[in-house]
Amino acid sequence: MLLRKLTLAVTLALSANAVYASCGDISGTVSIVGNEFPAIHTVAKGATECATDKVTVVSNLTADHQKINLPGMQGDPAEYTSAIIANSSIIALMNEDVIRPLDDLVAKHGADIPKNNLISIDGKVMAVAFMANSQHLVYRKDVLEEIGVEPPATYEEFLAAAQMIRDKGIMENPVGGAYKSGWNLAQEFVNMYIGHGGEFYKPGTAEVSINNAQGVASLEMMKSLTEFMNPDFLTHDSNATGAEMEAGNVALMNMWGSRTGALMDEEGSEEVVYSNITVSGPMTVGGGSMPATTLWWDGWTVAKNTSDENAEATFVAMKNGTSPGILNDETMGEAVWMIEGYKPAPVNAGVFATIKAGAKPYPMLPYHGLLHTALGDNLSDFLQGKESAEQALADVEAAYTTAAKEKGFLN
Amino acid sequence: MKHKTFFWFVLPSSLAMLLFIFFPIVSVLVQSVHVDTEQVIKEVTNCGPFGCETTTSVDQEATQALKREHPLGRFAGLTTYLDRRHLAVDEVKLAWNNTSGLGDFVKQLVNLPFYKAMSFTLAYTFIVTPLVIIFGFIIAVAVNGAVKWLRGPLIFFSLLPMLVTPLVGSLILFWMVDARGVVGAALQYLAGDPNLSVKASTPYTWVMLMVYGVWHSAPFAFIVYYAGLQSVNKDTLESAMIDGASRWEQIRYVVIPHLLPLTTFIALMQLMDNFRVFEPIVSFSASAHATSLSWAIYNDLGGETQQLSSAAATSVLTILGICILLLPVLIRTWRDFTHK
Repeated sequence: MLLRKLTLAVTLALSANAVYASCGDISGTVSIVGNEFPAIHTVAKGATECATDKVTVVSNLTADHQKINLPGMQGDPAEYTSAIIANSSIIALMNEDVIRPLDDLVAKHGADIPKNNLISIDGKVMAVAFMANSQHLVYRKDVLEEIGVEPPATYEEFLAAAQMIRDKGIMENPVGGAYKSGWNLAQEFVNMYIGHGGEFYKPGTAEVSINNAQGVASLEMMKSLTEFMNPDFLTHDSNATGAEMEAGNVALMNMWGSRTGALMDEEGSEEVVYSNITVSGPMTVGGGSMPATTLWWDGWTVAKNTSDENAEATFVAMKNGTSPGILNDETMGEAVWMIEGYKPAPVNAGVFATIKAGAKPYPMLPYHGLLHTALGDNLSDFLQGKESAEQALADVEAAYTTAAKEKGFLN
Repeated sequence: MKHKTFFWFVLPSSLAMLLFIFFPIVSVLVQSVHVDTEQVIKEVTNCGPFGCETTTSVDQEATQALKREHPLGRFAGLTTYLDRRHLAVDEVKLAWNNTSGLGDFVKQLVNLPFYKAMSFTLAYTFIVTPLVIIFGFIIAVAVNGAVKWLRGPLIFFSLLPMLVTPLVGSLILFWMVDARGVVGAALQYLAGDPNLSVKASTPYTWVMLMVYGVWHSAPFAFIVYYAGLQSVNKDTLESAMIDGASRWEQIRYVVIPHLLPLTTFIALMQLMDNFRVFEPIVSFSASAHATSLSWAIYNDLGGETQQLSSAAATSVLTILGICILLLPVLIRTWRDFTHK
């Protein structure tokens, strides 16, 4: 017994030493704010390993992180020394100038960070990415076999398959989609519009131009899809859509890669459902070659309004939190890690296929958040049949222009 | 009370009100007449895991310099109030000039965010407030008429809806009216329509939100009325009984006049509360069908780019709206006061 305890103590001491060594000689406070899902927890845990008597590491992981990260970094000194963000949300931090360029710290501590993971904006490294995400096709293998079709590669095939499933009486509403009015709905439009080859703005300006043939075609396709969805689709976010799939009500959907793990595990559904849920690549639409989806990365930043000492400690701790050391059997399947030593599991095949298909990243433009909000507020009237596609798009443009003027992007 | 005593008596609360109510309102007012400084946009090359692309970014140095010059932003006067998201003066004028009839004009009007929000907010306020008063009164009279030992438990259960956090209460109802929920399935059965969905239809969503509003607020009216019922003059009631007044006549001629001042109080509180309707819209994910001014403020602040001036202008409009709503009640109270 004593021997066991002793061995344990020694092992602990050794591992603590090992961890300490990988974090180097740093001191200060590390305070992380980020979204709340398993992969982010793993990163925060990895960063916490750098805690010593000279370094405090605390984290605040919450689904409301976007509401608090900006105010929490605007103060001087900043409350949070690092925010974990995605390619859309880094913009809000960039616009307010609360994150610092990382070039000096990369030179000092980051030689082993893969070049690809460094997010550089205007030649300056502003964030370090650690995982990728995208929406792609998720389907029920058994249902598609029953109707005898291959997994759809285009939205047109997707619709045809949905029609067959309904006609055969297998499912009444075989299509799932995160079409909840607001952020989700806007995201689906962004996907579809990119798939149609549309450009959101007049080149080189912040002037929106979506009321065009591609915009109308995107909305028409979305409406066709909703005809195969549960009539409550305007209240379904990705959680509810995933639940529909797990309940066995849905056979085809465009879903986030980060959620496929939960769909394909044994929890929450019957065997016939979870064992048949399969992921595939993204779909194209309208004969285009660009996948109708967007690529996303999640990464970490360092606050500007904090001492150099804290910034250095934060950089090292976050680097440790996203180092190969955090990968083990349990954490491997949590995300598509952009970390050396990562072995993709079948659940992640969709995100890989999306990257390979040459999908576009979600637009990283200072004013795109305003357009996303305007889209989320104004598209539901069209999907409910209350107004024409042109009217809906005109409403979006008008709402965006008003907001962009207020924020100083347009005059 | 002497003026001096009165002054010292109310000083702490006046100070607190000044600090926590008056100053914030002033700050919101100031915010609403300013918009952000111009953002200097430059072309940049962004690189990441998925390759490089030429795009635009905010020129921080130039923008920060502008911001330092005008920390409050550009003075915009009433532009934010008059823009499309608020009073939409130009759009309303345009709609009025191009309209083919009143119906078409109303349709164009509710397509504008402010008027869409107002249409639901006002409908909600003017339907829920009287219903809350009526139901609260009925429950209070019923509970008051119950045998004594039963009253305690009855009061507890009648108060429950008010004790449940609004977000949670509305979420529960949200799942109950789902097509596969208890209420939703029952409605489908009663209507004989297997595709009936409350959440997918605008009128049903409005009804659902209002039913929730009455369910949540009726206990407030109930408890106020119940307290009032305890002070009804027993002698008057008894003499009414002796004079052969029926139970309804007792209520009509003794109880209701006694409770009238309380009704004014409840109406005041409910008008204010219902005008700010917010939580059920979020919990019911109902923003596609119904929005309110408070929801618009939340939506302005919840996006990736916060729109503070717009939210501030909506806040000021909300305050003005509440003032207008309360005006008749306040005038009435003032008249009663001066009468005495």
